[in-house]
Amino acid sequence: MTVTPVHAPPPARSGFTAGEYITCLTGIVWREALRFLHQRERFVSALVRPLVWLFIFAAGFRQVLGISIIPPYETYILYEVYIAPGLMAMIQLFNGMQSSLSMVYDREMGNMRTLLVSPLPRGYLLFCKLLAGTAVSVLQVYAFLAIAWFWDITPPPMGYLTVLPALILAGLMLGALGMLISSGIKQLENFAGVMNFVIFPMFFASSALYPLWHVEEGSPWLAFLCEANPFTHAVELIRFALYGKLNWVSLAVVGGCTAVFMIGAILAYDPSRGFVRRGPGGEA
Amino acid sequence: MMTQNASALDSTSPAPQPASDQVPALSIAGVSHSYGARKALSDVSFAVRPASFTALLGLNGAGKSTLFSLITRLFAVQTGRIDIFGHDIGRTPGEALRLLGVVFQSRTLDLDLSLTQNLLYHAALHGISRGEARARSEELLSRIGLADRAGNKVRDLSGGQMRRLEIARALLHRPRLLLLDEATVGLDVKARADIIGHVRQLVTEQGIGVLWATHLFDEITATDDLVVLHQGRVLARGLVPQVIAEAGASDVNAAFARLTTQASPSSAGPARSSDA
Repeated sequence: MTVTPVHAPPPARSGFTAGEYITCLTGIVWREALRFLHQRERFVSALVRPLVWLFIFAAGFRQVLGISIIPPYETYILYEVYIAPGLMAMIQLFNGMQSSLSMVYDREMGNMRTLLVSPLPRGYLLFCKLLAGTAVSVLQVYAFLAIAWFWDITPPPMGYLTVLPALILAGLMLGALGMLISSGIKQLENFAGVMNFVIFPMFFASSALYPLWHVEEGSPWLAFLCEANPFTHAVELIRFALYGKLNWVSLAVVGGCTAVFMIGAILAYDPSRGFVRRGPGGEA
Repeated sequence: MMTQNASALDSTSPAPQPASDQVPALSIAGVSHSYGARKALSDVSFAVRPASFTALLGLNGAGKSTLFSLITRLFAVQTGRIDIFGHDIGRTPGEALRLLGVVFQSRTLDLDLSLTQNLLYHAALHGISRGEARARSEELLSRIGLADRAGNKVRDLSGGQMRRLEIARALLHRPRLLLLDEATVGLDVKARADIIGHVRQLVTEQGIGVLWATHLFDEITATDDLVVLHQGRVLARGLVPQVIAEAGASDVNAAFARLTTQASPSSAGPARSSDA
């Protein structure tokens, strides 16, 4: 190998320009998109999962569960129509957890160090990572909606646009939750526990599959649990937005939870807090 | 740089001052670190001069990787202070990390991305615009002889090629201090010689300060600065001939054995050979 001098060392300077922040953001989003494209099976499974629920589960339960007219719907609807927003949120829930899985993998493989030794503020780097994961989940949701359209899931045309902010906010909340969880997982093997203790309880104890008034008839305490579940509010935020309406309570809950989970994740990835306790094996 | 032998260990002594009035590329002063009750580093102090090659010699478990994690701010400094060109890593991490390039012991490349994509990602993390990053990537890839593999996935590279790529990546943002943690582990003799020769050229031709962590004696030459780290303590530091002389030994291998035996007679064994 031969080396020729090509540059002098740059003078030290402080702070970062807006352009540097934007470059960093686009770079992280670009890398996440590349990784997603390289994992076609991840894309397929992200679509197959909600479609199985839509095509099989919903068809089977159509006659069992009656849906009365509840906001935001203004008429009787098919069960498939009811669970579509829940399945959209489910895509984002799984994607959020998948992103956290990839963070655990990156940490084990050492890739995470590349990100964390960047000179830009660590909180900003984690936010970029979160935004990148959310962008991928939003793409998955729109792919699902495109297929669901052939299954008579036809929200108003404007709904495809008005649901976008809701998807971004819900994606950020679920991604931040995944990031917070990933900070506490030392090994990839431990991630299976997340499936059992986070994803399934969050999904089933929510309004994704059945309206809360139905749940309340069977078990008031379970209905209370569902009400307290942030995932319920992500589903309702999406449901209302898909029909051009805004559920203020859900917006407040999802926004608040996003902030709390994000702050928690930043603190957990702060070297003076989370990393230090992990010891020599718990690399960054 | 000052020297210190095992019989005169004084862990409270300040970090040595560089020969010139230049700001040290790296200054480590009184750094200690514990994992719970276990102490991994104990009052470590030394400095790396700009445009110098400093070997950090220690067996596995000596604390080299912990020290690297502190310098790169993956761990927070519990006691003491670390400065990179005068920037405190705890207080002004952005300014400090901007001047630092690092090659970790474990590979940190994304195997599913191409060589260029890995470099562009790293550039983005340093806020380098896409056009500039492309130009620098092409230049670095051609310099390490991998220009024709630019579009290949990293997983198709050999171990030596991956290491060269990691070094190129660490140089992409034009740092003034380069840390390499056992960068030649697992490589064959030729790849090792290639990489260490490349890094030494960076020192002489580009004026980059290098901290080279190793447990291989034959990677150290007489003109290097040497820091001997053992069980989390600095046993000696200075130019290689000085460390050898003060240990009363004939070469680095013997000096290391003598220093570590004096520091911990029960645990000191034969130093590992260069082919370990």
